[in-house]
Amino acid sequence: MKAKPDRTLDCLGLYCPEPVYRTRMELDMMEIGEVLEVTADDPAAEADIRSLVKHLGQELLSVDREGNRVSFLIKKVK
Amino acid sequence: MSEKRRKLALIVHSGTLDRLYCAFILGSTATAMGMESHLYFTFWGLNVLVRGGLEKAGLPATYKHMEGQMKRKLKEMKYPTLYDLLKRMKASGLLKIYACSPTMEIFGVKKEDLIPEVDEIAGATAFLDVASDADITLLV
Repeated sequence: MKAKPDRTLDCLGLYCPEPVYRTRMELDMMEIGEVLEVTADDPAAEADIRSLVKHLGQELLSVDREGNRVSFLIKKVK
Repeated sequence: MSEKRRKLALIVHSGTLDRLYCAFILGSTATAMGMESHLYFTFWGLNVLVRGGLEKAGLPATYKHMEGQMKRKLKEMKYPTLYDLLKRMKASGLLKIYACSPTMEIFGVKKEDLIPEVDEIAGATAFLDVASDADITLLV
C-alpha cells in the first residue's frame, strides 16, 4: 500500500533548479517521519530529485511517471 | 564524528548573465544538496558584486542580440533572478563569497561598494586553501 503524504508540493511548470530547491525547503519544514509528495514535469526532475534525496540521506518511497509528469513520495527520516 | 560536508569551489571570472547563471545554479543546487559553496569572484565576475551589478548583467557581445529574448523568456518561466539564487545560497548558511583583492584595486572598487553578501576580501592563497580541500573545483 502506498504511503499517504502529509504534504504535497506542486513543481509543475518549474525548471531546474527550482524543483530541487523547493523540495529541500519543504523537507526542512517537515517533522521526521512525515511524507512529502512532489509532482514535477521538468524532464530533469526525475534524476535531480533522486540525487537530492540520496545526498540528503532521506528515503525515496516511490517514483511514479504518468506521461511527462512524475510524482515522488519522500519520507523524512533524519 | 559527523560526516564531512562536501564542498564546491568556483572561480567566477565572468560577469555575463549566461555564465553567472551557470555558477549560481550550480552553487545554489550544491547548498540545497547540503554541500558548501565557495565562490571566488575575480576580474569581470568581481564587477557584478558591486551594488546593482547583478541586476545589470547581460549577454556577451557575440550573443547580445539574444539578450532581450532570453530575459523575457526567463521571466515567462518564472525563473529565479541571479540575486534570488544568491540570497538562497546565503540563507542556507553554506555559502562563502570571496572578492578578489587585486581585481578590486584594478577596477577601483572599494569594500563599501560591494553587496553585503560578500564574506571576505581575499587573494589566491585563500582560494587555493579552499580548493585543495574541495570535492569539485570549476572556473566559470
